[in-house]
Amino acid sequence: MWLWFHRLASPKHFYRVAERLNPWLGSATLVVLIVGLYWGLVIAPPDYEQGDSYRIIFVHVPAAWMSLFVYAVMAGAGAVTLVWRLKVAEAVMRAAAPLGAWFTFLALVTGSLWGKPMWGTYWVWDARLTSELILLFLYLGFIALQSAMEDRRTAARAGAVLALVGVVNIPIIHYSVEWWATLHQGPTVTKLDAPSISLTMLAPLLVMALGFLLHFATTGLIRARCELLEGEARSGWVRELARRRRT
Amino acid sequence: MQEFLYMGGYYPFVWPAYGLVLLVLIGTPVAARRRERRILRRLASQEPRGKTSA
Amino acid sequence: MTPRRKRRLYLAGLVVLGMAGATALFLTAFQENLILFHSPTEVAQGKAPTGRTFRVGGLVKEGSLQRGDEELRVRFVVTDTAHEVPVVYNGILPDLFREGQGIVANGKLNGEGVFVAEEVLAKHDENYMPPEVTESLEKAGAQPPHGPGGPDGSPQ
Repeated sequence: MWLWFHRLASPKHFYRVAERLNPWLGSATLVVLIVGLYWGLVIAPPDYEQGDSYRIIFVHVPAAWMSLFVYAVMAGAGAVTLVWRLKVAEAVMRAAAPLGAWFTFLALVTGSLWGKPMWGTYWVWDARLTSELILLFLYLGFIALQSAMEDRRTAARAGAVLALVGVVNIPIIHYSVEWWATLHQGPTVTKLDAPSISLTMLAPLLVMALGFLLHFATTGLIRARCELLEGEARSGWVRELARRRRT
Repeated sequence: MQEFLYMGGYYPFVWPAYGLVLLVLIGTPVAARRRERRILRRLASQEPRGKTSA
Repeated sequence: MTPRRKRRLYLAGLVVLGMAGATALFLTAFQENLILFHSPTEVAQGKAPTGRTFRVGGLVKEGSLQRGDEELRVRFVVTDTAHEVPVVYNGILPDLFREGQGIVANGKLNGEGVFVAEEVLAKHDENYMPPEVTESLEKAGAQPPHGPGGPDGSPQ
């Protein structure tokens, strides 16, 4: 196990594992998302207060969870980048950033589309919405930093520092609804006592969340492969790969 | 079916939300795959023609 | 771990801790600005800003909703069970607005202590369940998560 883990630190090996996992992860994502969509949109009952508008939860909450999870992955890879200088960690970090930005964007827009009919407004500057918007800016800042710096490895290190500095925002987003008076309601699923959502609605929500997670694994690994190819363009294994492609 | 599409009157909010999410969920892996192919094609064109030996 | 990596690890930890500390200080200092709305109790204690617009949040008191002659004009009372603030509003109410429901209103206090709202937002809670469940809860005599529905009858 430890050896297997160790070998993943080699770009060549990581690339090969990512390549082999891709069709499995891809098809699993497709199946889980289709099941989740059908379950959430068709089978799940309407809400007693919000009617059918609450169905936005099945995309809004997974997107919001992923926006935090992807940041944690990015910051974790950032820490490994800073301490061990692993190229694979750099690739994972850079692969994750745009996907995290997309999830954050989706969480904000779907939340806004949910807020208009229920709250009566698309946007309000409460602590939850504002801290999630800051998360989007953190992602965009990281991406801008990567494209602004000439040298890939220096850029990765600078990005890692930015990712670690931004980690402080993650608990703030999560606890914002408890620490401050917000328009956004408190946590439904991730609280200590039983989740205050009917099982008929919780099940499709968790399926969709799994679908989003698999989607990130699939797409993130493809993107990590791109990063490895670009970063290792001159190394033997990439040239070998390119040559094989030629014939 | 009509009733499903109507979403209890919330169709102007539910469907754009789902539409946008699907667009991003499909778009990101497709873009990533295209990028990988493009990189490999570029790298392949930089390799000298001829035998595959290091 | 080599000493060099150890040093880098400590440095990374220090960055995170330092940032956390700075943010905690910053957030405590600006606590006031992070709050979206004030409760009726805070209004009664004079903690809410006077002379400028602010938000007040609480539950719409049961039986307090009055619709005026004009179609959109409404009066109601916002309560946090300890104190109350009367509100007048002229505009479209969100779908979730009902008696017993949480709301956040944006506006100003006038001379008579009435809150003149420019905007009323509904705050929904974290409970999600199918309508049949609330029905059976009510039949069983248990308190549903909200009071009974608004002026148009039971919430369905």
